[in-house]
Amino acid sequence: MNYYFRRLFTLALTVVLVLILTFSVFRVIPGDPALAILGVEASQEQIEMLSEKLGTDRPMAVQLLEWFRGAATLDLGTSLRYSEPVSDLIASRLPVTLILALESVAIVIAFSIPLGIAAARRPGKAADLAVSVLTQLGLAVPSFWMGILLLLLFGLTLNWVPVSTYVGWDENPWLALRSTFLPAAALAIPQIAIVVRYLRTSLLEQLNLDYVRTARSKGLGDRAVLYGHALRNSLLPVATVIGIQFGELLAGSLVIEQVFSLPGFGSLLISAIGNRDYPLVQGLVLFIAASVIVVNFLVDLSYRWLDPKIKLR
Amino acid sequence: MVGAKPSGGETVLEVRDLRLELSAKDGARLPVLEEVSLKVGRGEIVGIVGESGCGKSVLSLSVLGLLPPSIRVAGGGIYNGERKELHRLGEKSLQRIRGKEIAMIFQDPMTSLNPGMTVGKQVAEAIRLHTGASKREAEEKTVGLFRKVGLPRPETLYHEYPHRLSGGMRQRVMIAMAVSCQPDLLIADEPTTALDVTIQAQILKLMKTLREEDGTSILLISHDLGLISGVCDRIAVMYAGRIVEEGAAAEVLRHPAHPYTAGLLASLALPSKKGTRLHSIPGSVPALRERGPGCAFASRCPYAADRCLAEKPALRGVAGSAFPRSAACHLLGEEGGLANVGS
Repeated sequence: MNYYFRRLFTLALTVVLVLILTFSVFRVIPGDPALAILGVEASQEQIEMLSEKLGTDRPMAVQLLEWFRGAATLDLGTSLRYSEPVSDLIASRLPVTLILALESVAIVIAFSIPLGIAAARRPGKAADLAVSVLTQLGLAVPSFWMGILLLLLFGLTLNWVPVSTYVGWDENPWLALRSTFLPAAALAIPQIAIVVRYLRTSLLEQLNLDYVRTARSKGLGDRAVLYGHALRNSLLPVATVIGIQFGELLAGSLVIEQVFSLPGFGSLLISAIGNRDYPLVQGLVLFIAASVIVVNFLVDLSYRWLDPKIKLR
Repeated sequence: MVGAKPSGGETVLEVRDLRLELSAKDGARLPVLEEVSLKVGRGEIVGIVGESGCGKSVLSLSVLGLLPPSIRVAGGGIYNGERKELHRLGEKSLQRIRGKEIAMIFQDPMTSLNPGMTVGKQVAEAIRLHTGASKREAEEKTVGLFRKVGLPRPETLYHEYPHRLSGGMRQRVMIAMAVSCQPDLLIADEPTTALDVTIQAQILKLMKTLREEDGTSILLISHDLGLISGVCDRIAVMYAGRIVEEGAAAEVLRHPAHPYTAGLLASLALPSKKGTRLHSIPGSVPALRERGPGCAFASRCPYAADRCLAEKPALRGVAGSAFPRSAACHLLGEEGGLANVGS
């Protein structure tokens, strides 16, 4: 129990730090934020009105406390451009980006584990070499370019998946999954390459350990040794990498959403930056950072399942 | 010496003229074992002694078909009690033998158990694999085995992970795993080397008890002649991939016929030798590529003659012994052998 408690404490601490950081990023803009938004030609009256609306006319400490209080009650202020609460805007775009990211993680896991096993079973043989070439390729091609290629092949030439038509999650989950499959795959491919390499190395290391010889000496076959013994022990570094990748997937989705015209965080954040919609930028950055922290917390919890020794620490 | 049994009875393992070759990176074929012959009778404890690098572990791995891919059987054969040719069996048939007919205990109990699986499950896995027992039955049997090998609180221990156990306890778990399917033969490769001295004696005693109770034959491999001398019925001394001396344990220890055995015995630190300088055999086991045409021990042997450098001595019977004994030394051809040279 102590372990969960400590982990929860560090989680809370990180969230507080992220709150302070997102707050300060918004405030370190030189001069008056209202002036920065409206431009030098704005009248004094306009600037005062916006300052009041933003709350930047109040002392810094008060603003920070407000930001904390707002974050605690999910009230992240109001978007300047859309005149809607930032939390509502996030909620409306969340399903798209979330599906995209989760689908990518699912694709990463579904492909990298069999490929890693195939490579590690007979190192240096044909399957290993093929996987090695594929992962090199996956690492070298950026995901937005991969996205365009996938779109051309599966969307326009083969007509397998709908192109640039996003169907809401609430309307038809199956179609929603299908319409995000290509961008999710594009995001997943470089990550699969990374995970495969980690898993291959880790699995080869495990297969050389003494306990594998013990397992064979009691009469277990190759498959039972691999799946029953070595695989689980080799997943620890893999879980770490997948946790780190979740953040990259969220960041990568900003670009890939543009390629596939998906109404997710990407388009929202880009328009928010373009319009100097600071409350919206601040809210989005906070939300993305918080999701990454939560995912890594979950990864940490999975370590305990993967490595019983961690219980002691 | 307790119950030194004649080797004339039922045999559970026979190794005959075994030759193992290592394929080196440059394509060379290097002999790892040569002309190794060995018999283990039912209920017998046979010790294999030698310095590291003499081929003891490779011999034990070859019996279970667990040799690394670079080493292959190049001659001779390995047979179990039913005269099955183990060295010709395919992987599937070997899997039915491993853990069931022939089980193995390894040197380092700290690394020989899967750190991510409870110790109970690791033992139960072997039982379920070979007997088709249900999960419940296997668990009950495992708890019984834990009790038998002297592990405390067997029910709770079943659910512990290896890192919570001491080295001695882990080796007991390994033994429980090895004897779980009542194998005919237990191969113990340096089972006590990684353990504290006090635990070493306990583990050896436990193996002896298993022999008394279940009649399990044991092939005990060690570099420590002193340690295994009290447990074994017969001892085979290995040097550079060959058996250089073999015979009843008491005989070999009292009257070593091979200079190497004599050297090993002289190197033992015994209370009776207090105050005298500890003997050591000069040099080390020659590497695979450095093995010449003569006796591999010649370069380190105090009695080496010209003949020893030119010609390999064959293993042959030693005359004037109550039990069958053999040694591979040219000196034996002369009257009285080593005893005559005087050590």
